[in-house]
Amino acid sequence: MPQTYIQPSAPAPSSGVAIPREITTEPRFSDRVFRGVVTTGGLSSLAILGLITIFLGYRGFEVLRQEGFNFITSSTWAITTDDAGNVVESHFGIAAMLVGTILCSIVAVLIAVPISVFTALFLNFYAPAWLKKILVSVIDMMAAFPSILFGIWGFLVLMPSVEYWAKLLNHYLGFIPIFHVPAYYFTRSPFIAGVVLAIMIIPIITSVSREVFSQTPLDRIQAAYALGATRWGMIQAVVIPYGRGGVVGGAMLGLGRAMGETVAVYTVLNIVYQVNWQMLFGAGGNIASLIILKFGDASPYEIKALMAAGLILFALTLLVNAGADLMVKRFGGNKR
Amino acid sequence: MSTALAPAPTKPWKASPKDHLIDFGVFLLAAIVDFLVVSVTPMKGKLAYFFVFFATYLAFTTIRQFILRGSASAKDAFVSSLVAFGAFVTLLPIVSILVTVINKGSKGIHLGLFTHDMSMATPTDPLSNGGLLHAITGTLTLVALALVMSVPIGILTALYLTEIQGRFTRPIRFLVQAMSGVPSIVAGLFILSAVLYPITKSYSGFMGSLALTILMIPTIARTSEEVLRLIPQDLREAGTALGGTQWRTVAMIVLPAARSGLITAMILGVARVAGETAPILLLTGGGDKVNPNAFNGPIGSLPYYIWKSFNAGSPESITRAWAGLLVLLVLVLVFFTLARFLGSRKVAK
Repeated sequence: MPQTYIQPSAPAPSSGVAIPREITTEPRFSDRVFRGVVTTGGLSSLAILGLITIFLGYRGFEVLRQEGFNFITSSTWAITTDDAGNVVESHFGIAAMLVGTILCSIVAVLIAVPISVFTALFLNFYAPAWLKKILVSVIDMMAAFPSILFGIWGFLVLMPSVEYWAKLLNHYLGFIPIFHVPAYYFTRSPFIAGVVLAIMIIPIITSVSREVFSQTPLDRIQAAYALGATRWGMIQAVVIPYGRGGVVGGAMLGLGRAMGETVAVYTVLNIVYQVNWQMLFGAGGNIASLIILKFGDASPYEIKALMAAGLILFALTLLVNAGADLMVKRFGGNKR
Repeated sequence: MSTALAPAPTKPWKASPKDHLIDFGVFLLAAIVDFLVVSVTPMKGKLAYFFVFFATYLAFTTIRQFILRGSASAKDAFVSSLVAFGAFVTLLPIVSILVTVINKGSKGIHLGLFTHDMSMATPTDPLSNGGLLHAITGTLTLVALALVMSVPIGILTALYLTEIQGRFTRPIRFLVQAMSGVPSIVAGLFILSAVLYPITKSYSGFMGSLALTILMIPTIARTSEEVLRLIPQDLREAGTALGGTQWRTVAMIVLPAARSGLITAMILGVARVAGETAPILLLTGGGDKVNPNAFNGPIGSLPYYIWKSFNAGSPESITRAWAGLLVLLVLVLVFFTLARFLGSRKVAK
């Protein structure tokens, strides 16, 4: 931006000759201040995301350097201090929690996506207008429910029924490795956490899918009907090819949300520090709930490890969210 | 010559009473089979009835349509039932949550809740002891402070995206989207590492507000951007034509025109963070006493109170948690309804 600031040249009073006012496209001083302030404000999101990376990285650096790649691949979390409180020996690895995070959120997405897509299709193409209006409000309202509400409701109300269904799954499908349990203990399993997370992310995936579906070009819909398609035929031929990418983006958005969820998972899940892929078995964890669990009585050095874990979680969710954003933008028409 | 009789308009595609009767018959049959299946197999419970009923109904309608009109129609009927089922499953938890919270929470609600704090009571005391005053005032303090910090940043971001549209527009829009996915615990850890440990070294409401600000900015920025986009370009051009600088046009014309929409954005931001628990647990310290000073000393809040009561584990404390949840839910829903109401007329006259 050119730095010249054009002073309005004052006409010389004695000469009596009127000097024409200078015409310029240069922004005024007030405008330049305005643009500066707004640009600064606009860049704050960049600043905040940058600062989060820097500070978590800075705090977690020591642990990350000590553990190296083991921080992601090992699954011991042990710290020994002598009587003076100095760290004698420590091993930090978040593999168990990383596996738990991925397991819970994938269960959540697998459950939530079909239900959300059906709901979005119902809202867009089946429901009468009045019902659609009510349902959209109610589902948006659900997105505003606090996560601790889902956690406590999931623990006290949902758990008994889901546990029961988990036992049925195990009974009939137990020969499939992921439905197998090492011991007959189904309470507070990653599966239950996944169901609670699914309920939490259904509103997000539904609203993204609904928006993508609603942007299906009307002429193609009507062309399909004109060719004699049934409603499902139309959806299959027009809506699904058009909205597929957007739905995948919405699912990833939900995945990111599910990975970062803390309180609901902590409340529902039995946090055990071991790698557990068997989703029906009552042991698991996720990174966010590890942080809450260990934070209360952590020594300063352990806090650094928690910061490093937070950094990993941050990077993971950022990656998933960025992917989701690209998918939705690319396939979801011009508006989000 | 007889006049040509105009045929009476008919709607042959409409369902006849007989069709309705058969529909009802299918429904009834599905219900009967449902009961039989559930009573024979080891499945039990309301959900089992629901799912089995759905499966049988789905099968029967599909078969019926197949017999009547062939495979395309059968598929169509199948999907119609399936999507309705999806919508129903989505609604199920919402209804269950609302009913449970109202049912269980109302037992813990009494007038003293709004006039007492927990400084003289523990969560396991009888319900008549103590109250929520500290939590309600604390939540309001936290949210108000966060609002003061996030509104300018959020609206400036939205203004950058709509009014300036400089070369950073695309990256900033991307970053705001990315920021909306930052897990709340990470925001809490960030404030912990960047402000609490190096600078203040003590828990306070302000720390909590800072974390809430991070979570609130994307909501406010995105909603405001959408609202500002709805302001007709004519208004901006009119401002320029009258000789206004961009600053005057934005401040005197665009922002006032978008006023109610911007308020909606703020309220949605509040609804987003009012129930946020994880950063509150890390940063505020959770006092049991009314603490009007957000910059000094631990401060209670509704999520913290709920968390603490729930983890205390006695029947009384869990009822307390439900009562807290009810109050929190009412608070969030009031904000949400307000935002909806204002949002329905996004652009003022």
